[in-house]
Amino acid sequence: MDLHELEAIAERELAQRPRLRILHCSATGCQASGALELKRRLESLLAEMGRQTEIDVGAVGCLGLCGRGPIVRIEPSGETFEHVKPDDAAEIIAALDGHACHVARCDQNHPFFTRQLLIVRRHCGLINPDRIEDYIAVGGYRSLYHVIHEMTPTEVIQAITRSGLRGRGGAGYPTGLKWATVAKSPGERKFVICNADEGDPGAFMDRSILESDPHLVLEGMAIAAYAVGAEQGFIYVRGEYPLAIERLQKAIAQARRHGLLGTQIFESGFNFRVDIRVGAGAFVCGEETALIASIEGRRGQPRPRPPYPAESGLWGMPTLINNVETFANVTAIIENGPEWYSRIGTEKSKGTKIFALTGKIRNTGLIEVPMGITLREIVEEMGGGTPDGTPVKAVQTGGPSGGCIPASLFDTPVDYESLAAVGSIMGSGGMVVMDEHTNMVDVARFYMEFCKDESCGKCIPCRVGTVQLFNMLTKLRNRQAHPSDLSRIEELCELMRETSLCGLGQSAPNPVLSTLHYFRHEYEELIGAEGDHGS
Amino acid sequence: MTTSTTETAADRGARPAGDNRRKILEATMKRFQYQGDALIEVLHKAQELYGFLSPELLSDVAQRLRLPPSRVYGVATFYHFFSLAPQGEHTCTVCLGTACYVRGAALLLRELEELSGVKAGHTSADGRFSLLTARCLGACGLAPAAVLDGEVIGHADRSDLAVRIQSLLGRER
Ligand SMILES: Cc1cc2nc3c(=O)[nH]c(=O)nc-3n(C[C@H](O)[C@H](O)[C@H](O)COP(=O)(O)O)c2cc1C
Ligand code: SF4
Ligand code: FES
Ligand code: FES
Repeated sequence: MDLHELEAIAERELAQRPRLRILHCSATGCQASGALELKRRLESLLAEMGRQTEIDVGAVGCLGLCGRGPIVRIEPSGETFEHVKPDDAAEIIAALDGHACHVARCDQNHPFFTRQLLIVRRHCGLINPDRIEDYIAVGGYRSLYHVIHEMTPTEVIQAITRSGLRGRGGAGYPTGLKWATVAKSPGERKFVICNADEGDPGAFMDRSILESDPHLVLEGMAIAAYAVGAEQGFIYVRGEYPLAIERLQKAIAQARRHGLLGTQIFESGFNFRVDIRVGAGAFVCGEETALIASIEGRRGQPRPRPPYPAESGLWGMPTLINNVETFANVTAIIENGPEWYSRIGTEKSKGTKIFALTGKIRNTGLIEVPMGITLREIVEEMGGGTPDGTPVKAVQTGGPSGGCIPASLFDTPVDYESLAAVGSIMGSGGMVVMDEHTNMVDVARFYMEFCKDESCGKCIPCRVGTVQLFNMLTKLRNRQAHPSDLSRIEELCELMRETSLCGLGQSAPNPVLSTLHYFRHEYEELIGAEGDHGS
Repeated sequence: MTTSTTETAADRGARPAGDNRRKILEATMKRFQYQGDALIEVLHKAQELYGFLSPELLSDVAQRLRLPPSRVYGVATFYHFFSLAPQGEHTCTVCLGTACYVRGAALLLRELEELSGVKAGHTSADGRFSLLTARCLGACGLAPAAVLDGEVIGHADRSDLAVRIQSLLGRER
């Protein structure tokens, strides 16, 4: 494979593509809403009409408005329809011909769409994730070619560093710095791992990227491997994501067949193979050292750091581990240059972030927004508030490791530092909206139950602390708590934070502490009630 | 993860449950050169083939991969995915992730428990139905979500799920 062949594939693909196209979302959300039946209906109808070669029915990835699926987009007009039922097939074809169509259209001028800035998701909804030709036609694998033939590994690392990209897995560690550490760590072999464990319940950004544009992640990983000197990569995917796994398998096989993965990529001395490892349902395996243990076939229990995986990771070798979305940012940086990237976002948080907007919100789905946008813009303008107009009470970011931010602080800009300053974290991108009917003690208890179930049991503060906190919160909810229990809860939270071995235990108190901080009265009401009844 | 054999699910169904499954499992282990590192992959395959991991199966795997049985048992019990007991012929998994929780998944689960007489995490006495829970299926946009025999169901509501479960259980009587 060389650049000419790549261009030839792209040209052939564009030349043979019919002008009229019906593109339907084929990601998990829309499949669950009946996208496959719709596709069958469209195809059989077109066959009956004898128009199956004139009009292309294509599967594409997630278009973002997952709560209103199945979503359909027609070309060339670009009109997008929501809640499309199989019975609407004829109407959609009519719309393609410019006739009247009564299927509900997505309002593309709504802030939900206009406030987005698509970098990672730029191909989502435009290309068929099952076809490498589609990816090549939108410029895919050019960055990899460019990097291998025109840049040294050091130059690649410098570009990533200058872009200001930070890890999207939660902690926001500077990506360039991590790559540089792996590159200079001595080791006879090195590895690149893509963390696709996405354990935060309520987050599905990584799933959607893998289901919509798997080659983007593979290309990002290959560029990283070239930069750090690795020849083997692993993608660790949650077992709960069968469709993402299937699409990745297909993508890897196609890339290998085209000589874009494997040996002597683009006729260079660079070799890189990628294997998939399927997780087996343990949240803690998202933690990097636990993930590595799991790939090695062991119980997924974290170990103390240092040494960091960058120095001693998989099988004791230097290992680069980044999140799906982190890798998915790489080609855009190479394509447009680090200066372009670093102009987007805030001073310390560059680029965009994808959020999964869910809970009590009118427009549920995925949004990619520039860092620095405020929570108010996301929740009120893009999300459109709650479905029934009940006032929004708080948003939860960062899942079990994050916190609840009250509506009074919605002018907080979304960046790593600002979210930490209000007691939450950016996290991987889950954003769950809660309204006045959501009880905050219940929410805290919900997360503590999660952490209790998911604690790996290796260290005592977390193994015992999560159970104790859960029991105390349960007692509180059942109005059996003593006034002194609140300070005992706080004390235990502090202890866990300071003494747990890994991030799970260290951050498990966050949902409790943030709700205690902002919604203390809800806790106190539960205690007061007991006093009133004197029981 | 495909194995090098060409057997399909349909072939398997058509055959009396026999030693083919063992052969496929053997092929998987061989593909990983019987390395202990591949334990989780092998257990995934074993569970896919047999539906659950019996003590005999675990000790068999331990022997083939030259691992102490304690390590195999330790791994099999650590991960939620692996089941040491047979599951029902039909399974319904209710998501209890945050997005679903905020949209009433806990209530949905309680109602399904009542309806089926099966407690979450358990299988009915006749082995026909298991009610399970998950922490986020990645379909949060459709909360509350559930999976019924592999099919993701969005905006899962009680009566709709009840009808589907009853028709699944009724049909094969
Ligand atoms: C309990 C726990 C769970 C985690 N889960 C994930 C996860 O699901 N996905 C992820 O990318 N990172 C997760 N992380 C963070 C990883 O340990 C690691 O920092 C990250 O994958 C590094 O990639 P990045 O620099 O690109 O963010 C988790 C950390 C902890 C402590
Ligand atoms: S903090 Fe919790 S999850 Fe982390 S090592 Fe300790 S027990 Fe395991
Ligand atoms: S799953 Fe179809 S729009 Fe997101
Ligand atoms: S929280 Fe239920 S599907 Fe994500």
